[in-house]
Amino acid sequence: MIKNYLIAIALLFSYLGFQGQIVAAENREIKMMSFDEFEPMLYQENDSIYIVNFWATWCAPCVREIPAFESLNEKYKDQKVKVLLVSLDFPNQLESRVIPFVERMNMKSEVLLLNDPNSNRWIPLVSEEWTGAIPATVIYSKDFRGFYEQEFHFEELEEIIKPLLN
Amino acid sequence: MKRVSIFFGILFLAAASFAQGYQVGDVAADFRLLNVDGKYVSMADYPDAKGFVVIFSCNHCPYVVAYEDRMIEIHNEFAPKGFPVIAINPNDPEVQPQDSYELMQVRANEKGFPFPYVFDDGQKIYPQYGATRTPHVYLLERVGGQLKVAFIGAIDDNYQDASQVSEKYLANAINALLDGKRPDPDFTRAIGCTIKVKRD
Repeated sequence: MIKNYLIAIALLFSYLGFQGQIVAAENREIKMMSFDEFEPMLYQENDSIYIVNFWATWCAPCVREIPAFESLNEKYKDQKVKVLLVSLDFPNQLESRVIPFVERMNMKSEVLLLNDPNSNRWIPLVSEEWTGAIPATVIYSKDFRGFYEQEFHFEELEEIIKPLLN
Repeated sequence: MKRVSIFFGILFLAAASFAQGYQVGDVAADFRLLNVDGKYVSMADYPDAKGFVVIFSCNHCPYVVAYEDRMIEIHNEFAPKGFPVIAINPNDPEVQPQDSYELMQVRANEKGFPFPYVFDDGQKIYPQYGATRTPHVYLLERVGGQLKVAFIGAIDDNYQDASQVSEKYLANAINALLDGKRPDPDFTRAIGCTIKVKRD
């Protein structure tokens, strides 16, 4: 009887301790990368479908479409669909703007900050078609590569992804 | 097969949309747009200008804000040499209220813009130019009686820090024209905010 009681207490405390760790993990760390560090993420060779979205906290159409990317990430996460949200916020606002924003929106997709001011060099490396406006999205898999300099609704994203799923 | 057609369909659409607007060498259209001082401005109002630095710009975009001082510097350096800046706000205030005409006046006043800051009412001018973002620069040169596009792109290669700039694309392009040479590069890209237009 006492043994069960002690086990219950032990479980209760470990549960509380676990909660503590979750809270700490929620203080998200977002990696900052130069373009050269980031570029391999545009050319991964495996069975997954990658959705790489370029956005910024101050870009209203970017912010408007984040729920669509989050829904996609949630709905298809077991089907090898990977969403990557690449922030082009100013690097000196990572702590003051980007992290609070990501936490407030409870974003689950992977987020990183691209810090490389010489955008004339890397914009065409993302896509020759890109003139530099955000939001912009690259969707790619082993057999497909598309670039979209536009705002997305969830249905439009799904329409592109669905034929690529096996 | 369907995948391939989708791919080509998207490629075609992307190429088609990218091809809209001016390329270097095209003749640029003049305009008659309302300036923040209540008067209308056209390029024809400057018969002695050798060309114009047309910059699609706005009030709210952080990339524009980062460049405003440099836009002022460009005007102060090159207007006396025949290349004044004309900033055009192509955004629809119904989509982005921060880009209203009234707030243009506030911003121009705050910064003491020495150049015209005009409103593309009805959003008819920016599609002709093919501007896709703010800021987006079109350097025009008077050739014969026409205005030809000599350079399209960004002001320089570092929006974050003016002191870290290594290539002053726009200044170099204007200086090239003043020296009777062609700008090189004549086309550069930069991150910017989309132009705010009502979505169908």
